[in-house]
Amino acid sequence: MKSAPQRQRVIVTLLVLLHGIVLVGGFVAPYDPVRQDRDRPYAPPAGIHFADGQGKFHLRPFVYAQRLREGSFDQYEDDHSKLIPLKFFVSGASYRLLGVIPAKVHLFGADEETANLLGTDGYGRDLFSRIIHGGQISLFAGLLAAGVSLLVGTIVGSASGYLGGWTDSIAMRLAELCLALPWLYLLFGVRAFLPLLVSPVKAFLIVVTTIGVLGWARPARLVRGVALSAKERDFVRAAQGFGASNSYILRRHILPQTKSVILTQAAILIPQYILAEVTLSFLGLGIPEPAPSWGNLLSSLQQYSVLSSYWWMYLPAMAMVPFFFGYLALSSTLQEGRRAAKIDS
Amino acid sequence: MTPKCRQAIRRAAWLGVMLIFGHFPCLAEAIPQSQQTSKTEFLVSRESVGRRGGRLVLSLRAEPKTLNPIIAADAPSREVIGVMQADLIHINRSSQLTEPGLAKSCKVSKDGLEYSIELRHGLQFSDGKPMDADDVLFTFRVYLDEAIHAPQRDLLMVGGKPIEVRKVDAYHVVLRMAKPYGVGDRLFDGLAILPRHLLEKPYQEGRLGQFGGLSVSPAEWAGLGPFRLKEYVAGQRIVLERNPYYWKTDSNGGRLPYLDEIVFLFVASADAQVLRFQSGETDIVTRLGAENFSVLSRQAHGYSMTDAGPGLEYNFLFFNLNDTKASPEAARRQEWFRDTRFRQAISAAVDRQAIVRLVYQGRGAALWGPVTPGNKRWANTEIKHPARSLERARDLLRQAGFFWKDGSGGDQMLVDQHSSPVEFSILTSASNADRTKMATLIADDLKQLGIRAQVVPLEFRSLLDRVNQTKDYDACVLGLASFDADPNSDINVWLSSGGTHLWNPAQAHPATSWEAEIDKLMEQQLVAKSFEERKKSYDRVQQILDENQPFIFLATPDILVGAKDNVGNFQPSVLEPYALWNVENLFWRNASETSRK
Repeated sequence: MKSAPQRQRVIVTLLVLLHGIVLVGGFVAPYDPVRQDRDRPYAPPAGIHFADGQGKFHLRPFVYAQRLREGSFDQYEDDHSKLIPLKFFVSGASYRLLGVIPAKVHLFGADEETANLLGTDGYGRDLFSRIIHGGQISLFAGLLAAGVSLLVGTIVGSASGYLGGWTDSIAMRLAELCLALPWLYLLFGVRAFLPLLVSPVKAFLIVVTTIGVLGWARPARLVRGVALSAKERDFVRAAQGFGASNSYILRRHILPQTKSVILTQAAILIPQYILAEVTLSFLGLGIPEPAPSWGNLLSSLQQYSVLSSYWWMYLPAMAMVPFFFGYLALSSTLQEGRRAAKIDS
Repeated sequence: MTPKCRQAIRRAAWLGVMLIFGHFPCLAEAIPQSQQTSKTEFLVSRESVGRRGGRLVLSLRAEPKTLNPIIAADAPSREVIGVMQADLIHINRSSQLTEPGLAKSCKVSKDGLEYSIELRHGLQFSDGKPMDADDVLFTFRVYLDEAIHAPQRDLLMVGGKPIEVRKVDAYHVVLRMAKPYGVGDRLFDGLAILPRHLLEKPYQEGRLGQFGGLSVSPAEWAGLGPFRLKEYVAGQRIVLERNPYYWKTDSNGGRLPYLDEIVFLFVASADAQVLRFQSGETDIVTRLGAENFSVLSRQAHGYSMTDAGPGLEYNFLFFNLNDTKASPEAARRQEWFRDTRFRQAISAAVDRQAIVRLVYQGRGAALWGPVTPGNKRWANTEIKHPARSLERARDLLRQAGFFWKDGSGGDQMLVDQHSSPVEFSILTSASNADRTKMATLIADDLKQLGIRAQVVPLEFRSLLDRVNQTKDYDACVLGLASFDADPNSDINVWLSSGGTHLWNPAQAHPATSWEAEIDKLMEQQLVAKSFEERKKSYDRVQQILDENQPFIFLATPDILVGAKDNVGNFQPSVLEPYALWNVENLFWRNASETSRK
């Protein structure tokens, strides 16, 4: 069995890799995620083949062209006479790499017809491209909200633990209040106050910041605990004796002590907030159509007909799984490391 | 002589004895046919003869709020009341023409002001009490009473005056209107004749508005429809049983209805209704969406699905044409919306066929006017059905002073004279997936013109609040479902003073000359005497709507229903109540279903 730091390294590499794929989503995704192909609603995933009907082997993988069955709305047949070879580094829809560099080259794609590896949705939009692009929004939501929570939580928690007294009382009562707030209803309220025509990005940032700000209480309480015990340590007392200012002690002595707690919290909070975004978008409160996010990709599953007829519409849920496993594994190794460190000291 | 015969004779003798001594007060209820057949003037149904017995189970989307036809406004209440009550003259949901109901005949005077109605003889309410002209008089008095707030009251006010009702004798009444009324005898459809013997007391005590809630006991409630109240279980179901005094027979002389019972289950969501139907718990399912229809069609066994063709619902996009000036930005946007060429351009850019295909899976029809293909008599055939053309849209926008600029993303952006980009929001009801999908398709259509339209799904009530009260919106996708094929059912939509004149509701004076012309034409058709005259006026209304595009008509869905194979005489119509309009003729084909309890 590998040791904890080794495992940690493997998990971190994996997570970085996954995030990297999503980060350069425009390059990985073969199509524009909002482009509608109105002749291909609910096309099933096109299987990747190497051998054709005659058993002839092709070095280049291909998919069969899908043809709508006569008189049908969503029943497709593979056209075995028409092979669509998949190619690497094809030129296609324009996008901005990392949101800055304009580019047209995609990792893979097909020259003539569209190849929807994970099928299409009710508007004929490529599901694979939407999952990748949706990840950008959902992951960004998780990271941003967790960042906001941790920042506020750390500042309030360490100050309240170190200073004690009425600062502590007020901060902790506030924290309890925030823990008790039903955040879903609060968000309904926040959404209702926004004007109708706000850009989706703005509306989304407001919502994410709200969940982030509301979530500061839990990390704040944990950080406060660490700060409380740290301020009794000899080196803190020594610094106080030498006349160090409060802000200096907080920065140099208290905050470094809270590092492992914050890291573990981050690993727990990020997936939690990704899930929060998914929930909100699923309920129609997150980022609006046509922009994709994992939540609104799943929201069509609220309809029984979609649920029972098009299995590939579940796939966005699968996309979350590796990320969640990664983060949860990371948090457990971090916790193990912390326990080991405690025993050592 | 068989033992059975002997038993029958003995029973008959007993009955005779009891009759003599007057010990059988509910005799009429036990054997109503032999007593009244000689007197009652039955209406003979032309539909095929079925067999008696069995019960039919359906689902309702919500509990009916009331059984009282005077105050009922919600669809579930109307559906239940529809099978418990009857009207003087009835609109046949299949032919869309009127036919006699409780009235045997209806004669119109030469000046078109008087309707002489002759009632059928021997009619009885579902509690066995006779019905006559006094009940009709009472009914009109109640409907016209301002204190009651009956939704039908507006229809019964002609030329600002209530219809006068006069009794000639027990079977004849004369209705007199202040002005000729183009709707004619269609007016009486859905106007349930009320039991005076039960309702007069609550009416005089001023509590008729609260009377007839679901907790009413079956003994206190009666109607003239094919079924009467049997049982109500809160939150679960309402059970109706056969009305033994119903006034229709089949062509063999057997008294209708065939079914013993009708059960309405309360099933809140459309998906849950589909599941119940699929599992065989319910026998008929109506108001299906195209997706659920195809799910049910794919796995059909023991039931069959019917596409009755386009209904009367029309869906449309409209812009805010109120004069709000809420903010400089809103005022600038309204300047675009008020330009007819802008609206025509949007209409030209909308891909209606894609809406029919992607939203209704092809089970619907594209629309260019308010009269759907389901309406058999009123469509203006002159109205053109232009195919989608971005070219035409661009031309119109150019003429209106808009032009294109390079946007930040390298794409073309439409800007107005002041170089500000054309962007607006489209409201839809969050609970209606179909309309949200339409709006999303339209937004994508408009993107190709360089317009940024953003779909905003809102909870339905706050959407209506914005459209009708605060008037704080840009554009909106909505649908209206006419309850009748006659243009008067939508008169509130077209009159500029109407509350449903959505783009600029309840105006004191018509804001534009074309709205004034529509007002005039609608008034004209209201008093015109012949169908041709009315049609001419309404054709012109449709033409004005087409020229000015206050509504950009999109599409109409087909009426989709399903029923078990064994339900006989099942002939869904495109008018409400889609499947139950001939409920008295529905029957179970095989014996096992009729014995089902």
